[in-house]
Amino acid sequence: MKQFIFFIRKEFFHLWRDKKTLFILFGLPVAQILIFGFALTNEVKNTRIAILDNSKDETTNAIIRQLNASRYFDIVRDIKSDHELEAAFREGKIRMAVVFPTQFQYLLLHTNRAAVQLVTDATDPNVANTLANYATAIVMDYQSSMKGHQDLPYTINTELRMLYNPQMKGSYNFVPGVMAMVLMLVCAMMTSISIVREKEMGTMEVILVSPIVPIRVVIAKMVPYFLLSAVNIASILLLSFYVLEVPIQGNLALLVGECLFFTITVLALGLLISSVADSQQTAMLISLMGLFLPTIMLSGFMFPVENMPVPLQVVSNLVPAKWFYYIVKGIMIKGLGFEFVWKETLILAGMTLFFMVVSIRKFKTRLE
Amino acid sequence: MNAIAVQNLTKQFGSFTAVDNISFDVKRGEIFGFLGANGAGKTTAMRMLCGLSFPTRGEATVAGFDLFREAEKIKKSIGYMSQKFSLYEDLTIKENIRFYGGIYGLTDGQIKSKTDFMLQHLGLSEQANTLVKSLPLGWRQKLSFSVAMVHEPQIVFLDEPTGGVDPVTRREFWTMIYEAAHAGTTVFVTTHYMDEAEYCDRVSIMVDGRIDALGTPTELKEQFSASDMAGVFLKLARRAKRGDD
Amino acid sequence: MRVLKILLEKEFRQVFRNPAILRIIFMMPAIQLLIMPLAADYEVKNVKLCVVDFDRSAYSRELVNKITATSYFQLVDYTDSYNKALTYVENDQADLVLQIPAKFERQLIKEDKATLFMALNAINGVKANLGSAYLRTIIGDFNREVRTEWLQLPRFNSQPVIEVTPINWFNPYMNYRIFMVPGILVILVTMVGAFLSALNIVKEKEVGTIEQINVTPIKKYQFILGKLIPFWVLGLIILTIGLAISYLVYGIAPLGNIFTIYFFAGVYLLAVLGLGLLVSTVSATQQQAMLLSFFMMMIFILLGGLYTSIDSMPAWAQAFTKVNPVAYFIDVMRMVVLKGSTLWDIRFHLLTVFGFAIVLNSLAVWSYRKRS
Repeated sequence: MKQFIFFIRKEFFHLWRDKKTLFILFGLPVAQILIFGFALTNEVKNTRIAILDNSKDETTNAIIRQLNASRYFDIVRDIKSDHELEAAFREGKIRMAVVFPTQFQYLLLHTNRAAVQLVTDATDPNVANTLANYATAIVMDYQSSMKGHQDLPYTINTELRMLYNPQMKGSYNFVPGVMAMVLMLVCAMMTSISIVREKEMGTMEVILVSPIVPIRVVIAKMVPYFLLSAVNIASILLLSFYVLEVPIQGNLALLVGECLFFTITVLALGLLISSVADSQQTAMLISLMGLFLPTIMLSGFMFPVENMPVPLQVVSNLVPAKWFYYIVKGIMIKGLGFEFVWKETLILAGMTLFFMVVSIRKFKTRLE
Repeated sequence: MNAIAVQNLTKQFGSFTAVDNISFDVKRGEIFGFLGANGAGKTTAMRMLCGLSFPTRGEATVAGFDLFREAEKIKKSIGYMSQKFSLYEDLTIKENIRFYGGIYGLTDGQIKSKTDFMLQHLGLSEQANTLVKSLPLGWRQKLSFSVAMVHEPQIVFLDEPTGGVDPVTRREFWTMIYEAAHAGTTVFVTTHYMDEAEYCDRVSIMVDGRIDALGTPTELKEQFSASDMAGVFLKLARRAKRGDD
Repeated sequence: MRVLKILLEKEFRQVFRNPAILRIIFMMPAIQLLIMPLAADYEVKNVKLCVVDFDRSAYSRELVNKITATSYFQLVDYTDSYNKALTYVENDQADLVLQIPAKFERQLIKEDKATLFMALNAINGVKANLGSAYLRTIIGDFNREVRTEWLQLPRFNSQPVIEVTPINWFNPYMNYRIFMVPGILVILVTMVGAFLSALNIVKEKEVGTIEQINVTPIKKYQFILGKLIPFWVLGLIILTIGLAISYLVYGIAPLGNIFTIYFFAGVYLLAVLGLGLLVSTVSATQQQAMLLSFFMMMIFILLGGLYTSIDSMPAWAQAFTKVNPVAYFIDVMRMVVLKGSTLWDIRFHLLTVFGFAIVLNSLAVWSYRKRS
């Protein structure tokens, strides 16, 4: 036991001495939370649009004023012809153009019908859709204001209730995801690399001939990363609570418990990687390709799983982060209790056990 | 003119003085042994002379060039074999020779004749196309030395070239050193082995960053009234205040 | 010149002898381009709807039929228990709950007015927004039908109507993959370039071969160029593989000139590799280099406009994208592939990235020390 503690201390020294690494490991969650929390939104505002007004009458002027007044759009003035319009789209200067045909007002007043064209840059289909929706709404508002206020008979109203996230903040969706990502990186990647590094440098053999039990050596390597992860979990929760104002609806102890539990799962994964990789580069490669990309792509926090083709949906069940994401979302955002997440926890426990058994086996055969 | 001339050379890392005000000359064609316990400052001194590390103060010329202003010119005239094995393990013997020869500006023709000569000399002609990774240590060291000599430098620096090598290979290695010295190359070598010190023309012994003794092996043995170099070394080493690092 | 040739010979030999690097070159494009576009489907579809119908009238059924007739919504359950519906939402089995109150039909006809209730899982904001907007459109349609059923048509035709018709340029079928694939190609080229170059010099440091190089009269710029060029070539090879996959698998052929892409990629890779080399000159171990480049890449990629539009980022993030090479390349890639932009259209992008390349590589040469 004394040796064991001695080894843990040695690992702490390693980590502590490498200030650059330490700085990044602590800075990573902070940067991620800030980027996801403030920079990545699908909210549309101040989008540059062009107006091609071939009619130039009071009605078109009024509609343009309304468009300009909205916070969604910024009108780029200097586009006067179809030709310029095309160039502006190709250079990426504008995202949408509103085109009024000639005699717009005349047609509207005399035939009761006039058409506005919204030309969108559909390279990004979602943004194009959203822009078109907003612009349509503005034109419709104008249209109903023309009629004067008038109660229509047989009206169905709709009342909307936003569950869990009344302000529709993106943060609610990704805080659990960031947690999974950071833990993957800190625990799985860093531990596997640091174990493989000792193999590469030959220092592992020196340790292995010492009387200490090999598995203890490996566990000693994990302890500092486990503590580091605990700090990261705390900083993510604090940042998301105080800076992003994401409330923690469920039981805090349960949430933290699940996070720490997942940390162990990920450490086991790191152990597994280090037992099969023989060089640092390979360990990095496996961590990136086998862990990090699936975590981002298949855990559901960036891209909805239900949109994926069925084979991918099946594969996504093998990604531990998917279950963790579900658990954290449930506890933190929806305020669910353990009775709603025990199944997922059990799955994670099973995975952890599996990783441990396989990697310890691998380690043993290697050592013999 | 001397191959190496050093005046009051000092290297400090923060408050630690690794090399403390050393002065010595190395004559052309001489085999100059550079001895000292671990941590005495041998490697640091050698790295400065090779232009790998900036001296804190002092003066030095290597191959007639000033160490401070003309380090890159020095590099054309010297060869270096470091303590760490520094050939590319994922290249073949031939490819390593070609690489280092090419960097020193040898033409294809020169490289070819050099390669043939070296391989034959080392008895490695058969293994010309095997990866360096698969060579045994002794061969690797001899190959490293040959590669350090590929551009026929005026001076060659060897940092513990025979560390961990069996006695037979060590003897062969020293034969190579003698051959090089005969051909006119100045050899600057650090070593741990006291018997090797006997092979040198002159020897300096570093203690705690200073040069405490300098002379031919015979002179030193007389001066310290010891029967062999090991005795000289032990007497000096007792003065050391720094431990091993 | 000759020294450079020798350096390149050596680097290429090492690269092609390293199974790990070869694996990256061929597996990365395959994995990323085959899986990511399939996974990274932001398009909102299959909104899972649960209807709580307390009315059970002809109208309520008609409305539900109308909703389920679209491919947009997937009816999870048609029930009369609100709690049951909420459980669906809690378990992520439903995104949206539509509640039709009792006496909905009667109120609508007798009192001219009735209210429907919608509850939506707003954790995924985009889905909630678009889903509810779409559901409202359907309800609006339904409302109009009901109205026309009860009123005479002429009264309504006398109102002026402005028709709004959206036209989608560059991607008329609104295919999300055409949008994602060029962006993913950029990520691919960037990751391979940055990671491989970052690890390369550090590996020589860890092994110790760099000492041997440093005692040779080699010039700093020669050494850096010798490291830069092989990975530059590798980057272009990966780009080629990636373009081939996106053509063969997704049928995406650039609308613009393919050489415009290569030309820009050539300049861009110089910048990315310069960054990688800079990382490797400041790191002591491969672990450090890996972590550092990972950290930077993550920020660059997330703020590069791949997933979310740069237009909607806050001012500080937008300011950052001005110095983010990844953002420029993603933009250029989409412009050339989807809009057929020419070299002239992307001139500013090109000049800026060229500037990055010069600055980063000068820094790399400057911070590489032959002497400590």
